[in-house]
Amino acid sequence: MIDRIASLGRSSLEVVGSLGRATQFLAGVLAGVPKPATGFPLLVKQVYSVGVLSLAIVVVSGLFIGMVLGLQGYTILSDYGSEAAIGQMIALTLVRELGPVVTALLFAGRAGSALTAEIGLMKATEQLSSMEMMGVDPLRRVIAPRLWAGFIAMPVLAMIFSVVGIWGGMLVGVEWLGVFEGSFWGNMQSSVDFVDDVLNGFIKSVVFGFVCAWIAVYQGYDCVPTSAGISSATTKTVVYSSLAVLGLDFVLTAVMFGDF
Amino acid sequence: MAQRTTEIVVGFFMIAGLIALLFLALQVSGLSPKAATATYTLYANFNDTGGLTPRGKVSMAGVTVGTIESISLDKQTFQARVAMSIHADVDNIPSDSAAVIRTSGLLGEQYIDISIGGDMESLNEGDTFYSTQSAMNLERLISNFASGR
Repeated sequence: MIDRIASLGRSSLEVVGSLGRATQFLAGVLAGVPKPATGFPLLVKQVYSVGVLSLAIVVVSGLFIGMVLGLQGYTILSDYGSEAAIGQMIALTLVRELGPVVTALLFAGRAGSALTAEIGLMKATEQLSSMEMMGVDPLRRVIAPRLWAGFIAMPVLAMIFSVVGIWGGMLVGVEWLGVFEGSFWGNMQSSVDFVDDVLNGFIKSVVFGFVCAWIAVYQGYDCVPTSAGISSATTKTVVYSSLAVLGLDFVLTAVMFGDF
Repeated sequence: MAQRTTEIVVGFFMIAGLIALLFLALQVSGLSPKAATATYTLYANFNDTGGLTPRGKVSMAGVTVGTIESISLDKQTFQARVAMSIHADVDNIPSDSAAVIRTSGLLGEQYIDISIGGDMESLNEGDTFYSTQSAMNLERLISNFASGR
């Protein structure tokens, strides 16, 4: 009995300790601002591998999600004879919810896991410690560019996702199912507000990008430096990122749209 | 990959993001770059505003001429007092015009329609509509019909 309680205590201490280490780690990364001359090329390289290389999966998923929304929306709305509201439905769903959330989930799977594995392997092969030996701060040289790259790339990807999704929805709704194009865009424009919908979606994607990148680099930096440790850290990155994104999404939605 | 190529590709990536944001702003949310238009405020008292909400539209002959600013309760008369900001270029609304709450479509949102009067004088900043017509309440209509009143 006492053993059980002790193990419960131990695991809670571990969780709290891990949260504390993650926060300390974040503070260390943010405090060590790289010099623009050396930091910028590193950042560009990371934006390329985190952002540009994720573009393909984001564009393809966005297209299909938009098309599915168009089809599903059409079947439901045509029951009420209001197919024209399909533009409004697609745009609001994508801009407010699916754009930021699905992009963040894809981002965690595509870029987050790669970041964790890369940093974890650097730790396992003692590249990070040798950097410290040479007097190079690994937080500044390795971690900071990756964190900032995720922070920058994620909103861009989410915006592209929403646009491609709306285009896919238009493809199905207007070109295929024959909704009148004018009312498709008109309904959309009259119901989507720039500040309330587009900017709030943008803020969501910024938050998700930050959280995903943070979890990914922290898990890599904190992993057990063995092959099993790297694999479990990679799994943890994807699981924690997804849960954090979905949980935060609820909180952000309640704050942004919940003022009934 | 050479540093230069990477930089160029990332530059294009950022531009694509900016274009996407611009598209969302201009085409999807219909935000036009014009500055906030000058407006003046008119008031109207209603017995029942139904589902009227702030930021809803105020129209005249189907053309949007302003937005609803606020809806509050007048504690003296127990009526709803609606403040509307009307575009400044629509400055010749006859002073005996009526503010009518209408519904767009059967289930659509409610808006204020100004039905034009014939007076030579027009409403100015801070004036109140003399005649108003409250929201049509379907439930009340049915119950009135059923009870034969």
